[in-house]
Amino acid sequence: MSLPHLADPAGRYRTMRLIRSFEELALEWVRSGLVVGGTHPYIGQEAVAVGVCAALDPADQLTSTHRGHGHVLAKGADPGRLLAELLGRVGGLNGGRGGSMHAADFSLGILGANGIVGAGAPIAVGSAWAARRRGEPTVVASFFGDGALNQGVLLEALNLASIWRAPAVFVCENNGYATTLPAASAVGGSACGRAAAFGIPAETVDGMDVEAVRAAAGRAVERARAGGGPSFLECLTYRFEAHHTMERRFRLSYRTAEEVASWRERDPLATGLPTGRMAEIDREVAELLSAAAEFALASAEPDPATANDHLYASGLRPRSGAAL
Amino acid sequence: MTLLSYAKAMNRALADALEADPAVCVFGEDVGAGLAGLTLGLQQRFGAERVVDVPLSEQAFTSAGIGAALNGMRPVIELQIPSLLFLVFEQLANQAHKFSLMTGGQARVPLTVVVPGSGSRSGWAGQHSDHPYGLFAHVGIKTLAPATPTDAYGLLSSAILDDDPVVLFAPAGALGVREDVTAPLVPIPLGTARTVRPGSDVTVVAVGHLVHQAVAVAEELAGEVSVEVLDPRTLYPLDRAALVESLNRTGRLVVADDSNRFAGFAAEVLAVAAEECRLLAPPRRVTRPDGAVLPFALALDRALQPREDQLRDAIRAVLK
Ligand SMILES: Cc1ncc(C[n+]2csc(CCOP(=O)(O)OP(=O)(O)O)c2C)c(N)n1
Repeated sequence: MSLPHLADPAGRYRTMRLIRSFEELALEWVRSGLVVGGTHPYIGQEAVAVGVCAALDPADQLTSTHRGHGHVLAKGADPGRLLAELLGRVGGLNGGRGGSMHAADFSLGILGANGIVGAGAPIAVGSAWAARRRGEPTVVASFFGDGALNQGVLLEALNLASIWRAPAVFVCENNGYATTLPAASAVGGSACGRAAAFGIPAETVDGMDVEAVRAAAGRAVERARAGGGPSFLECLTYRFEAHHTMERRFRLSYRTAEEVASWRERDPLATGLPTGRMAEIDREVAELLSAAAEFALASAEPDPATANDHLYASGLRPRSGAAL
Repeated sequence: MTLLSYAKAMNRALADALEADPAVCVFGEDVGAGLAGLTLGLQQRFGAERVVDVPLSEQAFTSAGIGAALNGMRPVIELQIPSLLFLVFEQLANQAHKFSLMTGGQARVPLTVVVPGSGSRSGWAGQHSDHPYGLFAHVGIKTLAPATPTDAYGLLSSAILDDDPVVLFAPAGALGVREDVTAPLVPIPLGTARTVRPGSDVTVVAVGHLVHQAVAVAEELAGEVSVEVLDPRTLYPLDRAALVESLNRTGRLVVADDSNRFAGFAAEVLAVAAEECRLLAPPRRVTRPDGAVLPFALALDRALQPREDQLRDAIRAVLK
């Protein structure tokens, strides 16, 4: 049973639109100071999250990245609770303890966005291993950028997944840059070559085409589910916005306006749906999002006395930092 | 009389945990063969799917342990060398430890990391002789250093049952200890110290294998001074109540801690004493030097580790 909200092209378009609109609102909130600390916008990459999640079941899991809103929403997280998390409110997915870079919803198999590049991959492998051990059909997707391709731990994780035949799908979102560093000058060999070296089937797909991503992810998930082990997808994509909302301050010029414009022409939201249908869905999403914003803004600020809550799952209460 | 060795006690704790709960599993290098003693015979008994020989990829298999823990398992990670903890500091300090808070309590990471042979094993030199428990205690990871077979059994058992990540340092200097065990072996609650030897003039807080050294010195000085030896067993969370109670009786403190002096575990014990007790004399520490790196030559290696004569001198100094 695949994710019901991604079951048809309209649903996939709706979710991409939701991610896009969510990100636009988040950008607005960062600029107005409502969201402190900033975010890493996912705008432009929506087809990857939605295409991959469209191949997953509700019980499947994912690990995400610092640029995680798209993955979290695509898997089905409540946009109001994600917005509340960005605001650091008690109604947030993580009760305001995680913020943009750690958003998680374990009830939906979202094992967390992760602020350390490459860190999610071995966690996904371990979770996939545990599921297989118990005979559960869970598949775990692990998203990461091209920057993560140079993290040793990611390569270690590919090896573990391969020898364990872990039901994991590695999804490299190659948006061409790790912050300002072009992948072309940072990645020796190729993304898929790394997976191939570990005996993991790998393919490159058009990450701006949600149906192409879905088809490739579907093959990978099917293989994992059937006991065929891990797969690797390199999704060629692009982020239309800055690496981080703080980037604006520095007026960086590592990408040409022409390059950005040419990718914008391939916007994943310009899909094959009839125009009227898209406009209708856009209206629905706008309504959904304004209700979400209302929910988030109405959510309470956390009580400072609870700042240390949840530090230990066992309930250990550590000493306070101030005088006895 | 049944003499139980430290290694056998840990092996038994692990076997009992694997027996009791199918969620318990082991990841480590050469654990199938049982190279470190901890897992001897366990793969034959519980299968290679539960006692898992992993490739030399500490960061990935430690994080895989986290992933497995997030998905309902209780993995035990065995690291062959204490210095490998530096390699997986990211996985433990930055991931495992932070998951519960960052997710607002959605996640728990019941992961146990065991280092059977921490600290100096004669002749292992700079990269195999660290004893970095202070780093983990500082981060707030539950940190254990059992001195005896009974405590090794009890603390390892509790670590596996605990819902948080725990690092257990089995000091190389304690691995040879054998004990006549008559009482049944049971889990020992984390955060409980043990008064190894009661006394009334001075409290010696000793960690790991130094507990045995402290007891030897206390016996030697018995005619001269009444030394209480307190073994915190759990370095974090520290049993402050037991420490304060002891210090309020004796009024004097010496800490024997085989780790680096600066910002080390002994410094924390002194801080607790300063904040919460009224000492009759300035306290003393017997530790490795600041920032110690153990040299290879045995005489040099030994020269940097706490010695009985230093402990004796420290005890006499606080009595003046
Ligand atoms: C291990 C690590 N190194 C550096 C950083 C700082 N950092 C955050 S995002 C980023 C770039 C990541 O690039 P990539 O993996 O391609 O993902 P993208 O931002 O393009 O989505 C860097 C260097 C980090 N968070 N973690």
